[in-house]
Amino acid sequence: MGFHFQFQPVLARSDLLLEGLWLTLQLAALGILGGALLGILLAMSRGLGPRATRWLIDCYVELIRNTPFLVQLLLIYFGLPSLGVKLNAEQAAVLGLVIYLGAYVTEIVRAGIESVHRSQIEAGLSLALSRWQVFRHIVLAPAIARVWPALASQFTLVMLATSVCSFISVQELSAQAANIESDTFRSFETYIVVALVYLGLALLLRGLLALLGAALFPAGSGLGRLRQTAR
Amino acid sequence: MIRQFTASEFIFILTSARWTLLLTLLALLLGGALGFLVAIGRTSRYASLRWLAGGWITVVQGIPVLILLFLSYYGLALAGFDLPPIIAASVSMALYASAYLGEIWRGAIQSVPWQQWEASAALALSRAQQYRHVILPQAFRIAVPPTVGFIVQLVKNTSIVSVVGVIELARAGNLVNNATFSPFKVFGTVAAIYFAICWPISLLARRLERRLHAGRAN
Repeated sequence: MGFHFQFQPVLARSDLLLEGLWLTLQLAALGILGGALLGILLAMSRGLGPRATRWLIDCYVELIRNTPFLVQLLLIYFGLPSLGVKLNAEQAAVLGLVIYLGAYVTEIVRAGIESVHRSQIEAGLSLALSRWQVFRHIVLAPAIARVWPALASQFTLVMLATSVCSFISVQELSAQAANIESDTFRSFETYIVVALVYLGLALLLRGLLALLGAALFPAGSGLGRLRQTAR
Repeated sequence: MIRQFTASEFIFILTSARWTLLLTLLALLLGGALGFLVAIGRTSRYASLRWLAGGWITVVQGIPVLILLFLSYYGLALAGFDLPPIIAASVSMALYASAYLGEIWRGAIQSVPWQQWEASAALALSRAQQYRHVILPQAFRIAVPPTVGFIVQLVKNTSIVSVVGVIELARAGNLVNNATFSPFKVFGTVAAIYFAICWPISLLARRLERRLHAGRAN
């Protein structure tokens, strides 16, 4: 006898799916905002200060990018309490996501900053712009415009990576899938539904980031042209 | 009784890395073969094939590896295959790799100048001959650095298959932590082993990247 798909028992637990979805959205939003901020700050400060700052930031980037997110999460959730830092699972998850994405954003934005030619900065200074104005308008904004597609795909990857937070008992979408599975015994159907939800989220996020890119760096402006050539 | 984190625990974790490496290798071989088909499909003359391969990439890249793992695990079981977890794990990692490698290799194929297609067509090469003798050898050079870079992602993502009971690095760390309860030492060790595997690959990818661009003006 063949297998009959039964989606009704799974869809009957859509309250759990929605709860999980809501937490996934919160994790993704906090992780992306925090990680982007951390990464941009570190990429900015990498060029400033003593040599040791640059070395420390590079170490952080290499350590995070060359170890699995899951292991980082386990270290934070189980390891930090043994050092006296108390975190619940959700706090550990957000901290882990921010630290993880921060390393990738640092690396991406650094590449963007390094692609700004020296003559641009000299031209800005000769127009009597302050150092901060030069950095803000001539270095940082074009750097981010140029690497926007890379940032957008990294943000999408981090949204998908929130599923790993189920390993430390955060009740996001994947964890709720496991709950529904053990309630209904419809394993395959459960994961098909959840896969479709993630797929919808990923497409939505990609669309939103493309719109945000177009709004931040309008097509007619100089920044917009940088964004176009980056494709 | 709580055990200490001693040399024997360390060796247990270290030797479990062989499953991490085996999974990576299987995923690379299987996923590479499938990814090659995806890349050829994406650059096909037929719109339906391009659409199919593009759809595959979009769908797989829009689903977390964890969910791909469960889909393969339960899907294979329902299809009547009674397979050990390591096989289901390899299949899911291969599906994941096929989408990313397919996209990387599509980019490499499309970065070969279109005049190369025209010139080889003018020499009356068949489509297969064009791929085999003209396009792929040039695309290969461009594809190597990002492919090596992707292997790092693959190694790291094998940690997720610990959830179906394959005792690879991450799972071994969990088991030892449950027995010794010294999470900092245990997961620090696990992280260090992953780093020892991934960092050299990352450095290699970066070196290959530099060498590829060395001959160019910019």
